[in-house]
Amino acid sequence: MKFRAKIVDGACLNHFTRISNMIAKLAKTCTLRISPDKLNFILCDKLANGGVSMWCELEQENFFSEFQMEGLSAENNEIYLELTSENLSRALKTAHNARALKIKLTNKHFPCLTVSVELFSMSSSSRIATHDIPIKVIPRKLWKDLQEPMVPDPDVSIYLPVLKTMKSVVEKMKNISSHLIIEANLDGELNLKIETELVRVTTHFKDLGNPPLASESTSQDRNPGHMAEVHIDIRKLLQFLAGQQVNPTKALCNIVTNKMVHFDLLHEDVSLQYFIPALS
Amino acid sequence: MKCLVTGGNVKVLGKAVHSLSRIGDELYLEPLEDGLSLRTVNSSRSAYACFLFAPLFFQQYQAAIPGQDLLRCKILMKSFLSVFRSLAMLEKTVEKCCISLNGQSSRLVVQLYCKFGVRKTHNLSFQDCESLQAVCDPASCPHMLRAPARVLGEAVLPFPPTLAEVTLGIGRGHRVILRSYHEEEADSTVKAMVTEVCLGEEDFQQLQAQEGAAITFCLKEFRGLLSFAESANLNLSIHFDAPGRPAIFTIKDSLLDGHFVLATLSETDSYSQDLGSLERQRPVPQLQAHSTPHPDDFTNDDIDSYMIAMETTIGNEGSRVLPSISLSPGPQPPQSPGLRSEEEDDAEPSTVPGTPPPKKVGAEGEGEGGGGGGVGKGAASRTHLFLPVPLAVLRLHPGPRRLPAGPQPCAG
Repeated sequence: MKFRAKIVDGACLNHFTRISNMIAKLAKTCTLRISPDKLNFILCDKLANGGVSMWCELEQENFFSEFQMEGLSAENNEIYLELTSENLSRALKTAHNARALKIKLTNKHFPCLTVSVELFSMSSSSRIATHDIPIKVIPRKLWKDLQEPMVPDPDVSIYLPVLKTMKSVVEKMKNISSHLIIEANLDGELNLKIETELVRVTTHFKDLGNPPLASESTSQDRNPGHMAEVHIDIRKLLQFLAGQQVNPTKALCNIVTNKMVHFDLLHEDVSLQYFIPALS
Repeated sequence: MKCLVTGGNVKVLGKAVHSLSRIGDELYLEPLEDGLSLRTVNSSRSAYACFLFAPLFFQQYQAAIPGQDLLRCKILMKSFLSVFRSLAMLEKTVEKCCISLNGQSSRLVVQLYCKFGVRKTHNLSFQDCESLQAVCDPASCPHMLRAPARVLGEAVLPFPPTLAEVTLGIGRGHRVILRSYHEEEADSTVKAMVTEVCLGEEDFQQLQAQEGAAITFCLKEFRGLLSFAESANLNLSIHFDAPGRPAIFTIKDSLLDGHFVLATLSETDSYSQDLGSLERQRPVPQLQAHSTPHPDDFTNDDIDSYMIAMETTIGNEGSRVLPSISLSPGPQPPQSPGLRSEEEDDAEPSTVPGTPPPKKVGAEGEGEGGGGGGVGKGAASRTHLFLPVPLAVLRLHPGPRRLPAGPQPCAG
């Protein structure tokens, strides 16, 4: 298995750094999948993650000026690695204003992803910072658990409000209850509700807009004002919102009543899907 | 003793105290003829720090009332630091700071004269103490490098703030390498990220060191001096010797002198600070070639090939090491300087994986005649391999066992 890639463009480097910061906030440990055209950051819905799953995808040619990989075998031309996300974001932090960034798969004293940053320096010789991020290679038999999750037909699909606003609302609500209800309808209305014995708090977002639905029949049957709701753990939503430092280019929320909420975001050219299951 | 600090120097003094607080819990304050010295040592005696403020630093400086002996005292670092806790406040509101020590009263009085006529008086209790002195002679260290503190500050930026130890070494082409050092844990399933920074010779104002020389020291303690030096925009010099011998970090200015002496890990086995050691479990230092890296343009893959050269040149701490964790200074046999030969390497005993290498600071003083760079041959480190707890031993002149011949400024 081989992997070597290089980023020389400053904007691409910053974007990649932002993505890795986001991943570090969303998942402590995640899987990095390397394939000839794409890179994926994956979190599968294991018990340890509380049923939350994440699928982040980026096209490698939008970032890397050089990209070479050789997967496990010719038929399985992919590499699955498990790493601590914070290590990657810390390594990339030093790449701010770097001349070049190189990533490669190495086996120094343990398998690692070596991130090498060439910094600008006053003198003629370059200053180089190298980070060896320990990784675990995921065996072929576990790959089936790490595939792109199926997105079920949502009951309601709605565009999200400004995430920063949502985050500050949810942060305050967290102090009152750990159980949050998200509901939305096809009229562009989204509500966040918490209920306790003493108090009920609802925040209403209006005029958000709905993306066109896949099947027309659903839109005819459903009363557009009808709310589809799901009960989730507020901390999981907060973790998701905390990871969004920059407002995404596109942000969509799909609700499957009493099953799950699915967030579909696009940060420029990087797509992020985040699934939060309903509380049982 | 009475001294008065005014203007921007108050903040400098405050910063120095912050710097010292990173090292030890007690501050030794000693007014000398050549200035006020503030010193501290850490609890395991593996780090010593000293700031000497020249009389010119003060608007008024009186080391002692004529006719009286020079007083010296030891105060709780926490108490002294609390006076200078907020550097921003010092800068904005404090106009003068007066420190006085009176033999009669049992208090060290620190007065801050602030704006708007506010005067804050701190009465700190102190203990009498002996002179704290680390005999450290930078001139006796064969390797040294000097760079603006800013360069070193930028170099340590990639390292995580929680990193305890770092290895500093000279690589091929006289490049200076800093690498994070993690003690090998026998059953660790989660490995730590290894970070390495490589600087060119041109970044340094002076670099006088052999290729392959390397030491491992506590980064956290070093950061204390580094942040002070960066804020004062000074150059920082690092004088070092073989692994196990203390490393001396100095800054100098017309008004003050800073000296930090830190213990370095001694090389008792191959998983020490040797920049080339990758196979940590092997008892014998690597002399065989590592697998050739893929040909590529990663500049620091160069490290792989010169590591072999380095292993044969790193000195061994040798029999200078004290026989146990005790703090008692013992007589040191004179060392015959000489390069360690390769056959000696093979005679190294196998190490117990998982035993952290005891951190030792080699003896200073007797038997060396100032030629502290002597590299001993293999042996005595063996006695330490099976001791469970590494304890650095920085031998100082704490008083009763050795009479200080009056205050001796640290040489160099």
